[in-house]
Amino acid sequence: MVNGAGGVIIEDVVREHHGRMMAALIKRLGDFDLAEESLQDALETAIERWPFEGVPENPAGWLVTVARRRAIDRIRRDQSRRSKYEQILHDPVLHGEPAGVDPADVVSEIPESIPDERLRLIFTCCHPSLNLHAQVALALRTLCGLTTREIARAFVVPEPTMAQRITRAKRKISGAGIPFVVPGTEELEERLDGVLRVIYLVFNEGHTATEGDDLVRQQLCDEAIRLGRMLAELMPDEPEALGLLALMLLNDARTSARLDADGESIPLDEQDRNLWDQAKIAEGVMLMRRVLRLGQMGQYGLQGAIAALHAEAESYELTDWAQIVRLYGFLMQVAPSPIVELNRAIAIAQSGDATAGLALIDDLIAGEELRDYYLLDAARGDLLRRSGRADEARQSFQRAMEKTHNQAAQRFIQRRIREVTG
Amino acid sequence: MRYMLVIYGNDEDWTQRPAEELAPVIAEHESFGEALRNAGKLVASEALYPSSTATTVRMKDGEPLLTDGPYLESKEQIGGFYLIEAADLDEALEWGKRLASFEDTVSVWPVINME
Repeated sequence: MVNGAGGVIIEDVVREHHGRMMAALIKRLGDFDLAEESLQDALETAIERWPFEGVPENPAGWLVTVARRRAIDRIRRDQSRRSKYEQILHDPVLHGEPAGVDPADVVSEIPESIPDERLRLIFTCCHPSLNLHAQVALALRTLCGLTTREIARAFVVPEPTMAQRITRAKRKISGAGIPFVVPGTEELEERLDGVLRVIYLVFNEGHTATEGDDLVRQQLCDEAIRLGRMLAELMPDEPEALGLLALMLLNDARTSARLDADGESIPLDEQDRNLWDQAKIAEGVMLMRRVLRLGQMGQYGLQGAIAALHAEAESYELTDWAQIVRLYGFLMQVAPSPIVELNRAIAIAQSGDATAGLALIDDLIAGEELRDYYLLDAARGDLLRRSGRADEARQSFQRAMEKTHNQAAQRFIQRRIREVTG
Repeated sequence: MRYMLVIYGNDEDWTQRPAEELAPVIAEHESFGEALRNAGKLVASEALYPSSTATTVRMKDGEPLLTDGPYLESKEQIGGFYLIEAADLDEALEWGKRLASFEDTVSVWPVINME
């Protein structure tokens, strides 16, 4: 799209401020498409001018101001848009401004600071009347400034499909009248849950996806963390917003230790902890301290706390398993699931009570929900292996083999079988 | 903006129900309609007979062809609607949730502004 030194700066500004610029424009113009088109116009103007005139003092403010004026130009030119956007033409700031003046000439006199409307944009993109895929795509497009092609690649969907998804979502926002507001206190908690879910879904898609190339997946993790940071900055007293950011940072900190040279995943107890990203861990732990001070622990805060205990432990064995058992117990109350119960069982076994841990896993295997879930048998095998009960361990691993078709998982279980057969 | 709150439910003739079953539902609708009217939000509302009483008209080779019944056969059919004014989807959804609390399934459908 751009070249030369000015181009690099423009790209940086766009990446860093895309959400803020879009939010300000949508607030002003009341329309996603018009905001996007006029921001694009402003970028083209910047590409023409910045290399010669220098980069303005407040590049994002410059772009928003030029974009707003370009939007007015578009409305004035396009009769079919006039009725729809009549209100914008009466914008007190722009009212009476002569047509035909190049907006970029006026703008240097107005060093505008952009009002931060990102929180509205976050809640609009994650409105529960949009389906989850649409929410995710829209958030990445408007808040993070990812291109449709990038989003399509990240989710392994054909580009036209993704483009259609985004168009349909934007059309629903304007057609159905989804408001550009932060929900009131009554609804806030429920709506915030939806926002957190979208961000965590983006992160997990990057963190655990089996399809797509690694680079794209790391980009998704980075974008989710960016979104999480945005939310934590805009809602600094919201423990779950802080907890989610902490959780993502602490999980992401382990990325370079998670795969071996052949791309096989390395379980937590075998990871080289020197490869963990200490800066991310420090930030995650600091955020968790803030969550604890706020005194409310939701599902993300609890998961963040567990991740922090793992991150700070010297080794798998020296982890504070007793505390992790307690936290999984709370998590079972807030967001119960068989997976949480499985993790609690593993923690109970690690904290010293292998019998109780095994009994819990056996209950889960006997239950309906996870009967065909290979990780239960794999976890059972692992506990038996650690207790030195090799024969029983092998039987569990063999059952796990039968329950999965995932080749990476099969290779991993094969390795365990060899270890206990040895 | 205008929104249509479309009520979906079992395709049955409510008017044939015994009075003691009918009365509480009618009371719910009356107070819902009253609340909308008091807020100045009600444009129109109607309840429909079961879909077996509908007649569907299709054009076939330039001639209208009549079939007995609704356009789509289904156990669940439109039972009625409220046409309301609301500032935005969130407000319309609030009314929709209130209606669904006694009617079970409601679609909140934006209406195109033709002005």
